[in-house]
Amino acid sequence: MKRIQVTQEGVVFSLALILAVGLAIGLGKKFYDINNLVTLIRSVAILGMLGLGMGVVIIGRGIDLAMIATMVVSVSVVLVLPQASSNLPLALLIGLVFVLGIGLLSGVLIAYAEIPAIFTTLAMGLVVYGVGRSFFFRIDNLNAPQGYWWFDFLGHGSILTLPLGNGHAFELPAPIGAFAMLGLVLFFLLRWTRFGRFVYAAGDNPLAARITGTPTRLVLVAQYVISSVVAYLAGIVMAAASYGMNTRIYNSTMIYDVLLIVVLGGIGLSGGRGGIRNVLVGTLLVGVLLNGMTILDVPYTQQNLIKSIILLGALVIDSLINPRDEQTTQQGDV
Amino acid sequence: MAWSKAFVRFRYHYLPDHVIGELLAKRWMDNLIPFASLVLVIAIFYPFVPDLFAAGQLSNLGRQFAEFGLVTLGLAIVMLSGGIDLSVGSVFAVSVLVGLICVNVWELPIWQAFIAVIAVGAGCGLINGFAIGYLRLRAFLTTLVTLVIFRSLYEFVIIDYSTAIVANMVDSDLWDFLGVGAVAGVPFSLIITLTIAFIWHIVLSRMRPGWRLQAVGGARRSAYNAGINVRRTVCGAYVWSGLLTALAGFLFAARLGSTGSDTGVGLEIQALTAVVLGGISLGGGRGSVAKAAMGSIFVLILTNSLITLGIGGAVSSLILGVVLIVAVYVDVRWLKNRHKLLNKVYVSPTYAGLGPAMDTSANSASPFAVNDKLRNVEIIGCGLIEGPEDVILDREGNLYCGNRHGDIIRFSGPDFADPEVIAHVGGHPLGLAFDPTGNLLVCIGGMGLYQVSPDRVVSKLTDETNRSLFSVIDDSRLRLADDLDVAPDGRVFFSEATIRYEMHDWAVDALESRGNGRIICYDPRTGRTRTEIRGLVFPNGICMASDGQSFFFAESWACRVSRYWFDGPKKGQVERVLENLPGYPDNINRASDGCYWVALLGMRSPALDVALRRPGFRRRMARRVAQDNWIFPNINTGCVAKFSEQGEILESLWDLGGENHPMITSMREHKGYLYLGGIYNNRIGRYRIPGADPNWCSLDDRGSPT
Repeated sequence: MKRIQVTQEGVVFSLALILAVGLAIGLGKKFYDINNLVTLIRSVAILGMLGLGMGVVIIGRGIDLAMIATMVVSVSVVLVLPQASSNLPLALLIGLVFVLGIGLLSGVLIAYAEIPAIFTTLAMGLVVYGVGRSFFFRIDNLNAPQGYWWFDFLGHGSILTLPLGNGHAFELPAPIGAFAMLGLVLFFLLRWTRFGRFVYAAGDNPLAARITGTPTRLVLVAQYVISSVVAYLAGIVMAAASYGMNTRIYNSTMIYDVLLIVVLGGIGLSGGRGGIRNVLVGTLLVGVLLNGMTILDVPYTQQNLIKSIILLGALVIDSLINPRDEQTTQQGDV
Repeated sequence: MAWSKAFVRFRYHYLPDHVIGELLAKRWMDNLIPFASLVLVIAIFYPFVPDLFAAGQLSNLGRQFAEFGLVTLGLAIVMLSGGIDLSVGSVFAVSVLVGLICVNVWELPIWQAFIAVIAVGAGCGLINGFAIGYLRLRAFLTTLVTLVIFRSLYEFVIIDYSTAIVANMVDSDLWDFLGVGAVAGVPFSLIITLTIAFIWHIVLSRMRPGWRLQAVGGARRSAYNAGINVRRTVCGAYVWSGLLTALAGFLFAARLGSTGSDTGVGLEIQALTAVVLGGISLGGGRGSVAKAAMGSIFVLILTNSLITLGIGGAVSSLILGVVLIVAVYVDVRWLKNRHKLLNKVYVSPTYAGLGPAMDTSANSASPFAVNDKLRNVEIIGCGLIEGPEDVILDREGNLYCGNRHGDIIRFSGPDFADPEVIAHVGGHPLGLAFDPTGNLLVCIGGMGLYQVSPDRVVSKLTDETNRSLFSVIDDSRLRLADDLDVAPDGRVFFSEATIRYEMHDWAVDALESRGNGRIICYDPRTGRTRTEIRGLVFPNGICMASDGQSFFFAESWACRVSRYWFDGPKKGQVERVLENLPGYPDNINRASDGCYWVALLGMRSPALDVALRRPGFRRRMARRVAQDNWIFPNINTGCVAKFSEQGEILESLWDLGGENHPMITSMREHKGYLYLGGIYNNRIGRYRIPGADPNWCSLDDRGSPT
């Protein structure tokens, strides 16, 4: 008889279902209304994109705490550029160069200077925001330029419209499309390319990967470049969806939400485990949770409290599934 | 040529380049980088910030340091245990809030408020500690999450109390004194912090809990396998962090009397920067209170100066982030390369020119002319012992020797058939001697001077001596006690071959050929140990002279034997007895005819002799060539020589083919026979001395005062 294996992914997925059913019963129409469900996914599409980037880095046994700063600052830099209103593609290209610089710097510091990822990215967050705040923008709200249909579509368009009769229509918003596209690209990258296998190898056992000839340092640098670019893409979608960028998002606890998605989804923090599917599952649960709390009108502070307690619980489960003890812990692995 | 030679001698005599390596080996050298950066930041900001060290500023800085220093200390403790605590900022905010609610709103007595604050802080620490220590979560993420949890709780509570806190200002002298009081101009809170820091310094550097903490941080697996309760230790570190942070919050509450939405925000980054900048390693296990203090002063001066200069929050956090990256980078590099650097510079050869060696060619008239007298010696205990450096016999004719497993072995006379381990001393026994009461005294490499009594009880006589005033290395511990002899009055004189290397690195000391060794006197009447002669080149054998006021000692790498008077009219004088020996002298013992035996453990070779005159060459060799390929003293051939008290070599005994005795480190005459030991041999040799007194026992022929 085949034993049914309990995976974290499965647990989280069922949890999300139970929570959704519970909310649907408790809140009725408010929750399971098709448009609310679409809103639900749309609101977490950006979080999900960030989670995809974070997932790649965590699979490679790293972490990128600078993602939010990168997202906020890079998009803000694009928006304050004089080209933003005259030639948005050029401005976006400049932003891309900026973001590549951030990712390269983090990656080089981590891979070649051998500074622990967690500290590098923590400090990089401060540095990136400090640079943006002191040299590029001073105001909190930056408005997105008008008059670019594709930019507008990215935020508010619908990639799929199904008429439901009685005047309503089911619309699949573009941010969700962007999320799905990114997920697909990263899925292929991780699953079907040599680079992807290297990421898993280096994350699972860096020393063994290095001995067998994997260019671990380059793979590390590439991971942080990818996470920075993903943060940038998420930022563009965010700017398109909310007509601009609020730089105060940097001060929020969004990075914990991203971690929540990845860790809840079941990507082990010790690297080499999990994949894009885990991020999707994690996003689903967090989405249901956030949506439920918003509908229930839970104050922001309490939402933070609940989310962080859940994250703590997820960490406990992670440590139970991937146990570490005195014999297996890597020295200096905080 | 002569000039350059003189210059090389002069340079190596007066430039103590071995000190560099010894300094680098010191743990407190880690403080150099934080101290230099502290000086640097002061040098940078002093010209721009006019009243950086004005009296008022200084007192303000002192109070800030009192609070920030406690937080840093807590974080330092956690990081020493191999973890990290990012929740300090939130715990700090919560503590400030609890303190203010207790004092201002509930109007509790100060001591009750204090207990409440400490309890809350310790509770927060316990949550972290339980999760990380017992549930073994990752410290970084866990404390990142608890940071949010505690912060949310703070924001949750402050909504209800913020107005009440501001509205009710208490009138308590103690509360004010905690906040703004000073004793003799020193802020009271600073006194509290300095006291706590001092206590923690003692705990970390000199007490068992502190050592355990650092053991867990430095090598968790080893600490676990050594039986340390790792989980409890880790948990305890977080509790202490919470506790100290709470105390800091309490002092902050007393000083400012209010709290806002930004209290404690970003404190963890500041504290982290301070701790890492101070040189406390991220991996754990390395750090000190002084480092944490230096780091926090650095950060305080930096942030205060930036505020005075009117530089905004974003820029100053940018600077803090850059400083953090640079600090971690330097820490990682230092940790990774320090021992490499140390390996490169520790070995520092010096000029050691030797005179021309005495002739050893077979057909010469030299007393060292090689022969085969030892070719046919009797073999005792072949294959039963390993490494009998020294041998000795008692009056009954039993033979004693040590082995490299750390035992004292006795072969019962007269047939020496059955070896018996009479005592386990734990280290490789080198020199052996009987004291007048029949105890066997043993010099044990790496341990010191020990005694084995006739009833086989092992006891330590001494393992330390007085520390030299200007020695960088702590030379109070004995590293390589080598040979000994007992003076007629009972004093034990023993040699320590080198203070710079462990026993197995004796060959590296040969490469240095510096005067790294010394002769030490242990006086059993007072139990005191004093260093008699310093700066000897690998002092090895020691043997009392017949006048009872002096002894002969051999300096191996200097190829000479000298005589030292410890009593009588010539007290304190050293005279050369034998010089330019063809090999490296080891143990010296008395012969029945009033002369002395000396063993040559190896022979000089022309190549090494040239190398000894070229310290630069040897240093390059030590840095660039693997140790296996260094030029070593040739220890494959050795001999025993007899010399008179006047310094005349009378005869030498060789085993040229090296079949029976490839190397000889010791010999002992007893009742007409000479017993031979060698540190790398698996046997003891017995040579019949033609014409020797068949009743002579070395124990009955101690030098007596004349």
